[in-house]
Amino acid sequence: MRGLGLVLSNLKRRKLRTALTMLCIFVAFVLFGLLCALKEAFTAGVTVAGADRLIVRHKVSLIMLLPVTYGPRMEQVPGVSAAMHFTWFNGIYQNEPKNFFATMPVTPERFLDMYPEYVLPDDQKKVWMEKRAGAIVGRTLAERFNWKIGDRVPLTSPIWPHKSGGAWEFEIVGVYDGAMKGTDTSGFYFRYDYFDEGRAQGEGMVGWYGVRVNDPDHADAVARAIDAEFANSPYETKAEPEGAFAQGFVQQIGNVSTMLIAILSAVFFTILLVAGTTMAQAVRERTAEIGVLKAVGFGNGRVLGLVLAESLVMTAAGGMTGLGAAWLFTAQGSPVPAMLPVFYLPTDALIVGVGMVLALGFAAGLLPALSAMRLPVAVALRKHV
Amino acid sequence: MSERNGALVHIERVNKTFRRGAEEIHILSQLNLEVPQGEFLALMGPSGSGKTTLLNLIGGLDRPTSGSVRIGGDSIDQMSNRRLAAWRARHIGLVFQFYNLLPVLTAERNVELPLLLTGLSSAQRRRHVEAALSVVGLTHRAKHYPRTLSGGEQQRTGIARAIVTDPTLLLCDEPTGDLDRKSGDEILALLQALNREHGKTIIMVTHDPHASARATRTVYLDKGRLSSEKPE
Repeated sequence: MRGLGLVLSNLKRRKLRTALTMLCIFVAFVLFGLLCALKEAFTAGVTVAGADRLIVRHKVSLIMLLPVTYGPRMEQVPGVSAAMHFTWFNGIYQNEPKNFFATMPVTPERFLDMYPEYVLPDDQKKVWMEKRAGAIVGRTLAERFNWKIGDRVPLTSPIWPHKSGGAWEFEIVGVYDGAMKGTDTSGFYFRYDYFDEGRAQGEGMVGWYGVRVNDPDHADAVARAIDAEFANSPYETKAEPEGAFAQGFVQQIGNVSTMLIAILSAVFFTILLVAGTTMAQAVRERTAEIGVLKAVGFGNGRVLGLVLAESLVMTAAGGMTGLGAAWLFTAQGSPVPAMLPVFYLPTDALIVGVGMVLALGFAAGLLPALSAMRLPVAVALRKHV
Repeated sequence: MSERNGALVHIERVNKTFRRGAEEIHILSQLNLEVPQGEFLALMGPSGSGKTTLLNLIGGLDRPTSGSVRIGGDSIDQMSNRRLAAWRARHIGLVFQFYNLLPVLTAERNVELPLLLTGLSSAQRRRHVEAALSVVGLTHRAKHYPRTLSGGEQQRTGIARAIVTDPTLLLCDEPTGDLDRKSGDEILALLQALNREHGKTIIMVTHDPHASARATRTVYLDKGRLSSEKPE
């Protein structure tokens, strides 16, 4: 660390220039962190999708319904171990459109069995089986509205009005957590029997099915068999692996990964130019000083190392604080939980970020460092300090 | 470090040519020079005569086009860049006309620079720096940055940096060229003391006859050749 003092002194030489360059790098890495969290938010469904699960929907569109009687028929298809239906309820709390969240009627025991990523304590599970108006909510949603077990929650649904003309009344009987970091804990699940009994129309119809297969390696074949089972019926189906289904949703927005890579490439190319220019200027201004260092015995390798270290310290100071700021921001949770329920900076993105900080420091400093290394000492000394 | 005949610096048939486009400029031609250990040699000559080029060759800052440069038995013209840098750190102390101090470092940190290349501990380096600053009478200005020092003080800092590793040879390129007469005299007295009291071998490039009078011998360089007589 003998040269570190010299590196730090050189960085302090033009404080404003160094600070502005660090600020640019800081902003770039904050942006990197936030975009990675955004990508995770869009693709969380793909990440946590079960390899042994299929989604079966109406062949024409997800918004078209399927008969509830399809469930037992699907379970007869070879390779299927269980089928479980969902319906998009579109619940709104307190008649306030912004109080919107994922709300679905399900069959409790099957739902918890097929989706082990939703972790619900046994005592709460038991109560949910007993109470027809009982509902379970994810931890994020409970915290968003400060709901506690026992609270009564009225919801309205523009799709499924209650036959009484009033709001749907639910009682919170459980709060579930996610088994994995990317698990969505912003959902509201209630009992299908309560839903079917109370809805004003569409009895016996459901939105789509989740199907568990015995062998994930044969998931495609099972999907084809299910579609064949309902071919030429009024409600033809389209079955696909859960991951592909989630991916399809993401792709409605566009190719998120490609968009993010394009944005980040432009940002980092610009930052590379900024940091590279700063380092090139710093070296050009210090030609005579580099000559002095070489004259007193600093070898070419040591001069190369000093300039690279300066570049790395500068980018590390900006980049690491940028990543830290992004991590702190995302650790507070989603700024828009209704739209992006899963919002965090994954560890692997942080590791990639650290790698990019180092790569940026190296790339920005390399050419100036090489030019300093190659500078003939007698030529450099002709310039005045 | 000296050779058997007593000469510390032994330069034989050295040529130095620079190329400017298609033109070849001969700076030094078949130049021979011997400097015994303990000598204070003044090297004089008109501008462009090649004084600094010769000093650079002796200090291993540049290489001759042909001929040999031996310092204390080391043929430095044969050394790799890496070895030459290490050799400079061990054997050469350089004093520049414009001091060439690093403006971002205090006087003591400037003096410490050559010691960063040694295996000395921080405490050992500090002791060496204090000793060098004491020799040049600048202990009280150790914490000051170059911009707050006078020209004479900056040059004394430069001399402290040059002697802090106790080098074999001190090379001074117009050390008083940027100083007033009083400060210049102080620097020359300091160099003379280093030569007489500490036995340092010094080669000093100068234009100033007043400065060369302090040396034990003066040689003149003109049109690439050395002579002990001042050219007409």
